[in-house]
Amino acid sequence: MMRDVTLGQYFPAKSVLHSMDPRAKILSLIAYIVLIFCTFNYFALLLTALSVICIVLLSAVPFRMYLKSLKVIIIVIVITSLLNLFYGSGEPIVQFWIFKITWQGINNAVFVCVRIISLIMVSSVLTFTTSPTDLTDALERLLKPLTVFHIKVHEIAMMMTIALRFVPTLLEETDKIMSAQKARGADMESGSLSKRVKALIPVLVPLFVSAFRRAYDLAVAMECRCYQGGNGRTRMKQLHIQKSDIFCMSFVLLIIIGVVLCNVFLPTVPR
Amino acid sequence: MSILRTENLTLLYSAKTPFEHIGVDSISIEIEKGDFVGIIGHTGSGKSSFTQMLNGLIKPTSGKVYLDGEDIWQDQRKIRDVRFKVGLVFQYPEYQLFEETVYKDIAFGPTNMGLSENEIKERVYSSCKFVGLDNSLLEKSPFDLSGGEKRRVAIAGVIAMDPEILILDEPTAGLDPMGRDLIMSQLSAYHRKRNNTVILVSHSMEDVAQNCDKVLVMNKSKCAMFDTTKEVFSNSELLYSVGLKTPCVTEITQSLKEKGFSLPSGILNVEDAVIEITELLKREGKL
Ligand SMILES: Nc1ncnc2c1ncn2[C@@H]1O[C@H](COP(=O)(O)OP(=O)(O)OP(=O)(O)O)[C@@H](O)[C@H]1O
Ligand SMILES: [Mg+2]
Repeated sequence: MMRDVTLGQYFPAKSVLHSMDPRAKILSLIAYIVLIFCTFNYFALLLTALSVICIVLLSAVPFRMYLKSLKVIIIVIVITSLLNLFYGSGEPIVQFWIFKITWQGINNAVFVCVRIISLIMVSSVLTFTTSPTDLTDALERLLKPLTVFHIKVHEIAMMMTIALRFVPTLLEETDKIMSAQKARGADMESGSLSKRVKALIPVLVPLFVSAFRRAYDLAVAMECRCYQGGNGRTRMKQLHIQKSDIFCMSFVLLIIIGVVLCNVFLPTVPR
Repeated sequence: MSILRTENLTLLYSAKTPFEHIGVDSISIEIEKGDFVGIIGHTGSGKSSFTQMLNGLIKPTSGKVYLDGEDIWQDQRKIRDVRFKVGLVFQYPEYQLFEETVYKDIAFGPTNMGLSENEIKERVYSSCKFVGLDNSLLEKSPFDLSGGEKRRVAIAGVIAMDPEILILDEPTAGLDPMGRDLIMSQLSAYHRKRNNTVILVSHSMEDVAQNCDKVLVMNKSKCAMFDTTKEVFSNSELLYSVGLKTPCVTEITQSLKEKGFSLPSGILNVEDAVIEITELLKREGKL
């Protein structure tokens, strides 16, 4: 019940993208986000969209998972596309009441739509193919240079890892406590709003108690293993750049070059 | 007619995801009114999942639970009444305590049932006595109690609802020997006096052998055996094959039997063993 709420959306499967270095994946994602917004004509847009589809296919994650993440944002896509469609400037093709449709409007709508969908897809690829711990690990490495500015990168990453680690645990715990209180006749599904808020007390109190107990236990356990922050700490799982990472990075680079060439040599679409 | 019946009860966890796994696999059993049923099985065999489906806390993926001949999921709105009829004490129930005082916590269930103030008071005190909780603890905060005391408060909280069917999921795990004996003896006294139906999940073969009339043996989410206690514990091969054991006395008398002493199989407690062995010795003229 509660467990179905997937927060980290990691979807384990066997694919090139799953085995890739998470750092390479994050960097590629950033490159892609920039790229998606730097498409100025239909060829460039088509090229990025096609490459996104390629990546999605490579990820070995069933397509319905992507549809699920698109479903959340579908309204936003529809509204922005419609707004763009009706409020473009330039010569109207059709006009009725306060609405007019122009070529610019159509262009805008198509661009916005394709861009948002591509954006969601590529970011989903990252979260589907990378476990949350790998993600924070990679972030820590990538942000390491910031330690120069006295930003505690390791501590922040550690906090994120712990938080992510305990989300499922706490959900499970909530589930258990809710069941236990329901077994004693707690009624959480019906009644007025104030009644329902009140009905949460028997769940929240034990949940907080156990969360604090866990936090305390974890702190003690970490201290018992001599944890003292990131200084001088080595890792069990070293990240290595492999052939597949180089291959993927080159793929991204090729697409970037392709898009740049399209942008330079082909006319920009009027918008 | 049986008071509780399950029909191909099946539960899939995280269905339709890569994490899908089976919790309970097609269990069909019948429990008569007044039965004291034990459920045993290795860790992760699905005992807790099974018991939670019996009072409608988890909706089964497929299969039915019939309480007094009626499918409990027939009317979703009535599921709360099912929970008053089938009381469940969770495994590690101490984590469900939340009120300011022990008294209020035990009264939570009866209050939800809409009982009168006096009735609630009476039930709180009698259930306290049941689990051997000192009345002086009633005004304390449940968070200031020891683990064992918390456990007793939590058990009292369900006993106070006086359910027709009482299910206890490892109620004695982590208690001291005295506490365990107390709870087990109270439980069997309660069962004898009220003639309620009791279902006990336990890892202690002794407790199950001592108290239960029938035993459900679970193995890898499936029902490996459901029969009278005597039959189940006579079948030591099956028990060993699913990672369980027979009680110590049963084991001893069984080995004696294998060594050539003519003892009956399926001796479940020390008293019976003493009787059988003295009989045997008398028969052989050694006593
Ligand atoms: N909330 C849940 N979500 C997913 N899987 C679960 C959940 N609860 C239990 N399981 C799985 O279902 C199976 C049966 O678990 P269950 O808790 O019923 O076992 P059990 O027999 O009570 O074990 P124990 O003797 O340790 O209490 C296990 O494999 C467990 O991992
Ligand atoms: Mg269990």
